[in-house]
Amino acid sequence: MINYIWLGMIVISILVAGAQGNIEVITKAAFEGAEAAVKVSLSLIAIMTFWLGMMKLAEAAGLVKALARLVQPFTAFLFPSVPKDHPAMGAIVMNLSANILGLSNAATPMGLIAMKELQKLNGNRNTASDAMCTFLAINTACITLIPTTIIGVRLMYGSQDPTAIVGTTIFATACGMTVAIIADRVYRQIYYWRWK
Amino acid sequence: MYELITEISRWAVPFVLLLVPLAAAVKKVPVFETFVQGAESGFSTAIKTIPFLVAMLVAVSVFRASGAMQLMAEILSPLLALIGFPVEVLPHAIMRPISGGAALGVATDVIQNHGPDSFIGMLVSTMQGSSDTTFYVLALYFGSVGVHRYRYAVATGLTGDITTLIASIFIVNAVFG
Repeated sequence: MINYIWLGMIVISILVAGAQGNIEVITKAAFEGAEAAVKVSLSLIAIMTFWLGMMKLAEAAGLVKALARLVQPFTAFLFPSVPKDHPAMGAIVMNLSANILGLSNAATPMGLIAMKELQKLNGNRNTASDAMCTFLAINTACITLIPTTIIGVRLMYGSQDPTAIVGTTIFATACGMTVAIIADRVYRQIYYWRWK
Repeated sequence: MYELITEISRWAVPFVLLLVPLAAAVKKVPVFETFVQGAESGFSTAIKTIPFLVAMLVAVSVFRASGAMQLMAEILSPLLALIGFPVEVLPHAIMRPISGGAALGVATDVIQNHGPDSFIGMLVSTMQGSSDTTFYVLALYFGSVGVHRYRYAVATGLTGDITTLIASIFIVNAVFG
């Protein structure tokens, strides 16, 4: 699916730009995109290194295990294929906690650590496992308690009540998360039914 | 309630930074060595994401710059007018799953033009706050472990995005409409 979306975006872009007679924007935009990607990866180095170090310490201290055990009923339901004492569970729990609190800069490294642990359980290196798909589903549609960035923007433009959207955001994310969890299960069934 | 939550998130990282090394020290873990040992793979993990992010961000960048995104918004707008969805916010809805920075730019622009406390301002704020950049997260997370067959994950992500969008329109209409 990603193959079609990716190819589609590129082909459509070039056709649209060509038809409008400004094909030169494509070259510039392509290189700008590539540059932005490398910048993101490089800025990840620092924060990744920090959180990987903290994770290792937390693991050695037994904290990750304790936290994972605390929310075990919930995670066992979401990730039936992950053994309950596996380090992947700890990383998933920490990633979701950071997401819920709106700490996006801490959530990303935790998510990458969780992926790394899930990959160890994955039988097929190139293909996403069921647990990975579930993890991504709840990650892209996770409940958010404080949308920090947009509150800042509202403040900047003189809002009378910058935090007025906190309640609506919690409602919208709760709906999104619920449906994403259901969709993950439904699409998985369809996927297996189609390919087996 | 909001003050409490902000306070918690302000303290979250410092708290972890204090608690984790202390707890490890109590368990007689050599804290410095263990930290360094864990941190070792930070560089390689981050570098591994480069090809996947380049692929994704190049596509997103040309899609936006070529005017294809604008065209898509124009094609979709009559359809969305039916459910009471303002056209001004449509570019944001299309942009949100593909580029976080660009979506924030659109949201800022809308807030600047319509005011943060207008209906449109409330709607775009809720939309910006409630969704994540699905394609970016997919490319980054799967890329970091070398997975390139995503199966149904894109479909799930987009379903979540559409649900969040519809829920945002509904709740903002109900509360501020």
